Amino acid sequence: MSLSIDDVKRIAKLARIRVSEDEAAGYQTRLNGIFGLIESMQAVDTAGVEPMSHAQDLAQRLRPDAVTEPNRREAFQAIAPQVEDGLYLVPKVIE
Amino acid sequence: MTSTIKQLSILLAEGKASSVELSRDYLGRIQALNHTLNAFVTVDPDKTLAEAAAADARRATGQADALTGVPIAHKDIFCAEGWLTTCGSKMLSNFVSPYDAHVIERFKAAGMPCLGKTNMDEFAMGSSNETSFFGPVKNPWDTARVPGGSSGGSAACVAARLAPAATGTDTGGSIRQPAALCGITGLKPTYGVVSRYGMIAFASSLDQGGPMARTAEDCALLLNVMAGFDARDSTSLEREKEDYTRDLAKPLAGLRIGLPREFFGAGLSGDTAKAVEEAIAQYRKLGAETVEVGLPNSRLSVAAYYVLAPAEASSNLSRFDGVRYGYRTPEYKDLTDMYEKTRAEGFGAEVKRRIMIGTYVLSHGYYDAYYIQAQRLRRLIANDFAEAFKVCDVILGPTAPTTAFKLGEKADDPVQMYLSDIYTIAVNLAGLPGMSLPCGFDGQGLPIGLQLIGDYFGEAKMLNVAHQYQLATDWHTRAPKGI
Repeated sequence: MSLSIDDVKRIAKLARIRVSEDEAAGYQTRLNGIFGLIESMQAVDTAGVEPMSHAQDLAQRLRPDAVTEPNRREAFQAIAPQVEDGLYLVPKVIE
Repeated sequence: MTSTIKQLSILLAEGKASSVELSRDYLGRIQALNHTLNAFVTVDPDKTLAEAAAADARRATGQADALTGVPIAHKDIFCAEGWLTTCGSKMLSNFVSPYDAHVIERFKAAGMPCLGKTNMDEFAMGSSNETSFFGPVKNPWDTARVPGGSSGGSAACVAARLAPAATGTDTGGSIRQPAALCGITGLKPTYGVVSRYGMIAFASSLDQGGPMARTAEDCALLLNVMAGFDARDSTSLEREKEDYTRDLAKPLAGLRIGLPREFFGAGLSGDTAKAVEEAIAQYRKLGAETVEVGLPNSRLSVAAYYVLAPAEASSNLSRFDGVRYGYRTPEYKDLTDMYEKTRAEGFGAEVKRRIMIGTYVLSHGYYDAYYIQAQRLRRLIANDFAEAFKVCDVILGPTAPTTAFKLGEKADDPVQMYLSDIYTIAVNLAGLPGMSLPCGFDGQGLPIGLQLIGDYFGEAKMLNVAHQYQLATDWHTRAPKGI
């Protein structure tokens, strides 16, 4: 498998990372190098092997549906890039 | 300055030193040497000394715990309230944490002052500390060489005696490999033993915090502080409280050490192989038996890891979008533009590469071929360990294939960099505990690390095996020249 420049740009778009024309070729080379390493997996026959997502086979722990955390809005908003009247500000998305 | 945590705790208990005095000494050393080593991102003497004074006051009232007053450095991946917490990234270069990680809470409760936040590879992605936004850490044994990574600042500061101990995290070897390259002792616990709450996430099914210190005994004492159930980490394990020092003194007669043949093949440097062979001979003298074991699928661990870890990272790091905290690009025309520029400018090259790999392997049409295949290999790798532990109590081998390499040597070649973790990654995939301890030096005087791998919850056994070796050898007491 080998990623094309267009593949690299598409992945960058999905990942919400701006990649310039100049940078795309560098990413292409290095990502293809890494995929070269990853491809060695494909030679292994894993038919019938249960995928392992986690080191411990545990069920999700449940807790009572009760408030456990105090409201710390001011402390959290004090470190935000832009806030106003207790709201996080982002560029307009709805006209 | 050459004292271990254990020795410092005795000095404090006997009233021969105060926490303020000890903390001042270490802060003085940090001030003198950090500009050379770059091991710390943030030092705040006023905060440290206030915590030290509080520890002394607590001791005066008779309320001291075992390690109250002993100062410690924390990897900059742990959120600490009021401290800049950068994770080695421009993205968090302005992030003053509004809360404490569980691990930080535990050290605060134990009365251990924070000496500062240590440098690290950006978001813990790296094996040399060269991906840090704050510049590389230098290895105290040779400042032209890397300290390993990602917990390189923690390893370097302990090796240079800028701190008696430090915290680290290990996703694919990030405690053990820098411990090996800097000649110190470091332990990655069984997955789930130490809470991940407030530990900035890289690959959540693999990340685990642990102690880095000069001796196995110190690691045991520190793990007693760090380990414990925390409801805020959904994978934290509810287990009986353990004393990890309980087995340190046990003799090793009859111990069965497994030697995986795959860890002694091509790619292992001659000096490292020799030092590990000598350690095996030392263990035989101590009464241990050795048995050959096979970990045939471990050769695929690097490939499987570089699917699974980036996949999890691409999800975890999607939270860095310039909205609620951290860096935001100064100029943008709409929301997507803001996201894309913020992430392009806020993340370094290696982090962006891994996010892109993760995005790709999780994308439609590739998920089964990469992500599911890697999870199946993960099962095979874990099964190999389960088989091996039927015939041995602990597995032994090298921590890293080579000693510390030169700064810049692998920085431009991600694949070569990834292979420095070839002996450590399988342990994370299986979720087992592992540690590294010093076992000699190569021809250039650089430290070599010995890796021990325990069965699930085998930390006390592993620490016993390490401690008995350290009673019989003095590699762990050696210090870099001029330190």
